[in-house]
Amino acid sequence: MTDTILETRGLTKHYGGVHALSDASFTLRRGEHVAIMGDNGAGKSTFVRQITGVERPTRGQIIFDGVEHTFESPIEAREAGIETVFQNLALADDLDVPSNLFLGREKFRFRLGPFSILDKKAMREASLQALVKTGVKIPNLMNTIRNMSGGQRQCVAIARTAAFKSKLVIMDEPTAALGVQETAQVENIIRTLKEAGEPLILISHNMRQVFDLVDRVVVFRRGRIVANLRKQETSGEDVVSYITGAKTGSEFEGAA
Amino acid sequence: MVQTQHGIGGLSYDPAKRSRPPELNVFLALVLITVAFELIGRLFLGDSFLFNTRDNVDAIFNWQRLNIIILQVSIIGIIALGVTQVIISGGIDLSSGSIVGATAMVAMSFAQTAMVNGNPNPKAIFGDWAMDLPVLVPVLVGLGCGLAAGMVNGALVAFTRIPPFIATLGMMVFARGFSRWWSNGNPVSFPTEGYAAIGKGMMPVLIFVLLAVLFHLILTQTKYGKHCYAVGSNEQASRMSGIKVANHKVLVYTIAGMLAALAAIVLSSKNLTAQAGMGVMYELDAIAMAVIGGVSLQGGRGSILGTVLGALIFGVIISGFTFLQLDAYYQEMVKGVIIVGAVVLDQWRQGRSRG
Ligand SMILES: Nc1ncnc2c1ncn2[C@@H]1O[C@H](COP(=O)(O)OP(=O)(O)O)[C@@H](O)[C@H]1O
Ligand SMILES: [Mg+2]
Repeated sequence: MTDTILETRGLTKHYGGVHALSDASFTLRRGEHVAIMGDNGAGKSTFVRQITGVERPTRGQIIFDGVEHTFESPIEAREAGIETVFQNLALADDLDVPSNLFLGREKFRFRLGPFSILDKKAMREASLQALVKTGVKIPNLMNTIRNMSGGQRQCVAIARTAAFKSKLVIMDEPTAALGVQETAQVENIIRTLKEAGEPLILISHNMRQVFDLVDRVVVFRRGRIVANLRKQETSGEDVVSYITGAKTGSEFEGAA
Repeated sequence: MVQTQHGIGGLSYDPAKRSRPPELNVFLALVLITVAFELIGRLFLGDSFLFNTRDNVDAIFNWQRLNIIILQVSIIGIIALGVTQVIISGGIDLSSGSIVGATAMVAMSFAQTAMVNGNPNPKAIFGDWAMDLPVLVPVLVGLGCGLAAGMVNGALVAFTRIPPFIATLGMMVFARGFSRWWSNGNPVSFPTEGYAAIGKGMMPVLIFVLLAVLFHLILTQTKYGKHCYAVGSNEQASRMSGIKVANHKVLVYTIAGMLAALAAIVLSSKNLTAQAGMGVMYELDAIAMAVIGGVSLQGGRGSILGTVLGALIFGVIISGFTFLQLDAYYQEMVKGVIIVGAVVLDQWRQGRSRG
């Protein structure tokens, strides 16, 4: 078993003429929490979509848990153990909490192809456990999530990662739309992941949050990784200067 | 009663606290409309809509009228069951009425009897080999027609960028043309006794009720049902969660096509004949039943129970107008108002729950 849980080599994604991601080489160790920072349009979400099977990279390698993968779908990435909270949440408004947690990987009482019988009780109980594990407050988990607040919906999306055994959790701007209290709740969930030794990639614009929570900061700029900074050896100002391009990645050498 | 409480979040599962099922409102509307006809009848006609007023019949209710109400909605109701699944999945199916026409023609051609009153069948489509076949043959051929048409609909919607409205409109026009071409516009008649039994008496009602129960269970208890709501609610999220959205859509339209075909079999059996013009506008009636029953045209919301209640409302209104002795063209006009009214109601509901 290697010490590295995720490694990408030369990961590149072009959308027609748009070079959204160029040559991204990135490593993450087991148990490590890394923040990805960068301006809007820097390619952070594109990077996430490549390593979670949502899109196929133009070129480059993804080595996860010691094995090279080409994920054909998000379900393959999840089966390999990568759980993701996407920036646009990927929840279905008209479904209740358990249905959302188990969307696309329902539990069954009886298998019969598309007409497999759902095991609603098991899904409800597993949902309760996931919500308890993450300390999420939901008034009634059998109601549709349509009328829930942004924070509650975000918590449902996060609880979804907790309902399954994962080897890596990725959160793309999980607190961008949340109030102070809701943000604190999400940050608490992230701390419990750290204590449990589960590795995390956190995309965030919030400097205080990043310095509170993670071990290392990777900065994206115009589709490239321009900095890889250990928290102890850097500062908010330093990070900002990489984000804005005031400082360029000359000092940046390889991965951690 | 399951009740779980936790200190941390105060999160709970309390069945009593679930939001009120929207079907309750549809049911109340059904009761209200029925009561309205009853009152209008008593006040202006001196007759009862619901209750028996004839001395020579020993019954509390006017069973004859109640039977007609449910009988006249049950065939279109079968179509509405499929349309409900399509709309919940975020699509629309305009082809079901034409599939009824085409399927009726084809199925009836394989259900004909050789001799009518001692003479060869005057409406024979095929030669002797297709006469007096076991009832299973026309039924399977008919279902095959619905399956093929539905699969084409589904494939067009799932694998091309053609919107469902246009794809199924194409099928609507094609299938209607097909039914005219089939026998050069001539009706196909004189089915075998076995085929004629399918739609006899209250059989359409029985078939409708059984199918409604079956699809209620499928929509509420199976993976397919859950994916109908998921895809209709957020297609992108469904795809990102690993649901095979394209496969699901093909399946939904195929089921809808087969239900339309089944309605065609029941209808042609009941009428003992098939005509190229059968099922005209049924697609709109079926959509109206679903929408009246709370199925949202935006997708993601609705239920089979709602659609059944919507079908009953539809039947009560049509019967009510006959009861009030209003002319047929008033019925058409009122149907139009109901359809638009139901869509407006749906939009209003959507707006309210978003706000
Ligand atoms: N599907 C797409 N098609 C074309 N361009 C895209 C697409 N997705 C993202 N982009 C472009 O790629 C760049 C990176 O976007 P993104 O990864 O969303 O940035 P970030 O998440 O860092 O804000 C942007 O210029 C964006 O416009
Ligand atoms: Mg982004």
